[in-house]
Amino acid sequence: MRLGKRSGSVAALKVAAVGAASMVFALPLTGAGAVSVNHSSGPPVALTGAGSTFDQPFFTLGFYQYNKKINSNVTVTYASIGSGGGQQQIESNTVNFGATDVPMLTADLAKATAGTIVQVPVDLGGEAISYNVSSLPQGLHLTGTVLAEIYLGQITNWDDPALRALNPKVSFPNQAITVVHRADGSGTSYAFTNYLSDVNSTWSSKVGVGKTVAWPVGVGGQGNEGVAGLVADTPGAIGYVELDYALVNHFKYFAMQNLRGKWILPTLTSVADDAALHPHVSSTDFAIDDLGGPTKLAEAAYPIDTYSWLAIYEDQTNATTATAMVDLFEWMTHSGGQKYAKSLDYVPLPAAVQATAQKALQEILGPNGKPLLTKAAIAKYGK
Amino acid sequence: MSVLTLDPILTRRAEIQRTAEASLGRRQRHSRLLVGLTGACVLVSLVPLVAVIAYTIERGAPAWSVDFFSHAPTPEGIPGGGIWNSIVGSFIIDGIALGGAIPLGLLVALFLANSNSRVASGIRFVTDVLSGVPSITIGIFAYGILVTTLHHFSAIAGSFGVGLIMLPIMIRASETSIRTVPTDLHEAALSLGAKNAAVARRVTLPTALPGLVTGLLLAVARGAGESAPLLFTAIGSQYLTTSPFGPMAAMPLTVYLNGIQAYPDLQQIAWGTGLLLLCIVLVLSVSSRIAVARLGRIRR
Amino acid sequence: MTVGIRNPGTAGQPRRRPAVPNGLYRAGLSVAALVFVALLVAFVVDLVVQARPAFAHFGFSFITGTQWNPVTAHYGALPFIVGTLETTVIAMVLAIPIGLGAALSLSHLLPSRTRAVIGTAVEMLAAIPSVVYGLWGLLVLAPWARTVIEPAVAFVFGHRGPGGGSEIGVGLLLAGLILFVMVLPTMVAISRDVLAAVPTEQIEGALALGATKGQVLSRVVIPHARAGILGAITLATGRALGETMAVTMVIGNTPAITHSLFGTTATMASIIANQFTEATEPFHLASLIAIAVLLLVVAALVNVAARMLVRSVGRSVSAIAVA
Repeated sequence: MRLGKRSGSVAALKVAAVGAASMVFALPLTGAGAVSVNHSSGPPVALTGAGSTFDQPFFTLGFYQYNKKINSNVTVTYASIGSGGGQQQIESNTVNFGATDVPMLTADLAKATAGTIVQVPVDLGGEAISYNVSSLPQGLHLTGTVLAEIYLGQITNWDDPALRALNPKVSFPNQAITVVHRADGSGTSYAFTNYLSDVNSTWSSKVGVGKTVAWPVGVGGQGNEGVAGLVADTPGAIGYVELDYALVNHFKYFAMQNLRGKWILPTLTSVADDAALHPHVSSTDFAIDDLGGPTKLAEAAYPIDTYSWLAIYEDQTNATTATAMVDLFEWMTHSGGQKYAKSLDYVPLPAAVQATAQKALQEILGPNGKPLLTKAAIAKYGK
Repeated sequence: MSVLTLDPILTRRAEIQRTAEASLGRRQRHSRLLVGLTGACVLVSLVPLVAVIAYTIERGAPAWSVDFFSHAPTPEGIPGGGIWNSIVGSFIIDGIALGGAIPLGLLVALFLANSNSRVASGIRFVTDVLSGVPSITIGIFAYGILVTTLHHFSAIAGSFGVGLIMLPIMIRASETSIRTVPTDLHEAALSLGAKNAAVARRVTLPTALPGLVTGLLLAVARGAGESAPLLFTAIGSQYLTTSPFGPMAAMPLTVYLNGIQAYPDLQQIAWGTGLLLLCIVLVLSVSSRIAVARLGRIRR
Repeated sequence: MTVGIRNPGTAGQPRRRPAVPNGLYRAGLSVAALVFVALLVAFVVDLVVQARPAFAHFGFSFITGTQWNPVTAHYGALPFIVGTLETTVIAMVLAIPIGLGAALSLSHLLPSRTRAVIGTAVEMLAAIPSVVYGLWGLLVLAPWARTVIEPAVAFVFGHRGPGGGSEIGVGLLLAGLILFVMVLPTMVAISRDVLAAVPTEQIEGALALGATKGQVLSRVVIPHARAGILGAITLATGRALGETMAVTMVIGNTPAITHSLFGTTATMASIIANQFTEATEPFHLASLIAIAVLLLVVAALVNVAARMLVRSVGRSVSAIAVA
């Protein structure tokens, strides 16, 4: 072990090794793979978020594109552990933002440990009611009341007079209806039960609204995947899935009757029309299913839809991180980010709701008490 | 006179021969039945194996490509993504978990194998109960201990959870295997003056090695395939990370998180990852068996 | 087999380190056991603390209640307890004989090369992630169950029982079958090692006395390996009790007790996994953790029962062997 002569070269090797190692460790901070250094402003920012699995594909694509096109110093790690998980994380302030399909209610907000929480609508989803009866065509007519009766177990066969009355030209087979619902708690179930409660008073009093409810009949599938699998494999089944799921997998689904009496299929446009009827959503007034209205939108609106929300603390302590975050979400909620949502079959936020999102983002304050959303950002993305 | 006394003996001998032959037929029939039944059991065990593996290959093989193994994931809609970060992450997380579970598991197994006290029975009982705990509750525990206290997600917390899942399997399988070592080997070594520790290290464990390896393989197979303990601890990542003190991707997480999504190419990644997990365990299993056999031959 | 004998007179044997003294060794083992027990205690305490609000609020009716309604905050765990027991029983009733039979074949009856290949193949079953089992069960086995298995069983036994309106593949039977496949490798692998370790003198002795292969296996090998087989059974049962992902995909998730093999129900593990990440209503989370505590209790009881069963069977088998 002769150290004397060799120490110089050994030391040089050590420095090189440390340099290489630190570059490997630093790589994630600059965004693995995307070594485009042309768009970058400020020090590296690593954000963490947690919550809804519904948001995950959109968030992943949006954050990636923001990093590539706008600011390569910002990287985001998002844990899709479910809305409840997201709420728990933001309450205990272990993440920068939470994402939840049903906004946090007063009782949840009270558990927040770092002050007031601001909630920002970030994307929009519709729900398709799918069915698997090989002899029936796509796009059958259905009303909310009849749907509720099916899910209450009052209508048990496809041959029922109620269904035939809605679709007089179609011949229904004598086949038992298998009701499929979500077994896991989900915002999708919340929107669905909310809709059923609005249109059917028996449902409202007997079952009620919630991410998890005591379903009177039917089997539960685990996740959208589970419901879709059950519907696809069981002749006579009916089930509700998120719209992007139904579109991507080419299911048969109903045309629901909206409050104006029109039969509307769930599409990106019809869901957006419904959302545009009620632009001033807030975390206390967020239900947007089956709204009426005197406008043309109401005629074309699909009645079963729901937002997904970000939950961010109003008073931020780290100006750099928080400014980057607010900038990111301004981009995400406006056309910059929303066009990527559309490419994945999410429904883009209508303009009025984008304004609501922007107003909410402006409520987020830095350590100096001033709003973090810069005028420059609004000018750049806020169209 | 002699002819009269011989006759009953001959009769008796003929009687015994007849009984023996008669029962031999019955006993051989039963034996053949048992052999046939056990063979049928083997076939029955293989049927689901072939079915599931065939299905996994059918859905997962299309996902395999050069990109799949060498790149980090890209979002839905952008091609060229892979699971390289999940592969590295799994090795790191499971490696750390094994680093804790193997020594602790062996020591506890030795403790239990050498003791028939009430305490040992109690520990054995509690280990069995632990092996039946749903992995999600272990995830909740790991989260409470290592995430909320340190205020950030980490791969170490994930390793803790995975280790807890592996431990009862390792302990129970190792103890069972150690107990099969014949006591005369043990006693011979002791009588030659070796201390208990040396006996364990050079006699007991090497003899029990095949069974220990089985236990290890079962533990690794179970631990490496569980996503629940990682969901709230390591949480996964879109990037390649090597620091155990932050979030990290892992293969079972990739399977779960991609499998529940609507998009077919994400689902295909889930199946491809599942297939890879399968192959890794296969390679581990085969290579460890070869290694054990070779070790056995050297020692002999 | 070499033993660590130090023979100072022999050349070529390197001098080894001084051996660990017995006292230190025993202390080391005890410390390890202590650390392990401390971990377990921490785990149980953590669960109980989180579950307490539910037990305090609902009392004993939590265990006997059959309603699970997060909207009205009524929580009762009985359907899940029954569901867990039903699925585990189905899985083990199949896994114990078939697993043991396969293990016997693998350890004593098959030629050695086939043995290695098939043994590895069965171990591979253990490597398949639960999610894959669940998806395969849902997408492949469920339709098959619906079109082939259930009509066949109905034909033989004459009844279908209530099953959610129509014959659907998912349900109790399917969950039991998937669990059976999942615990089989544990059962086979551990039993095989234990059965293979029966000393050859015992086997050869029995053969010399004129015993047939079947007699050797049933009267010598199995009784000798009884304790190890119990170990295999308990590990397999543990896996069956706690399996979440695969079961929840194929069991139908109806929080009600079913008396038909084809009915849908739910298990304790499945309800926890399903609702944990979204549980924000009052008492919801505490009730789910309370179910986790109950699962520990059920697992403990099942283990006790298994031990008593195997002990009594073992006694009668060894009585025959000795006689």
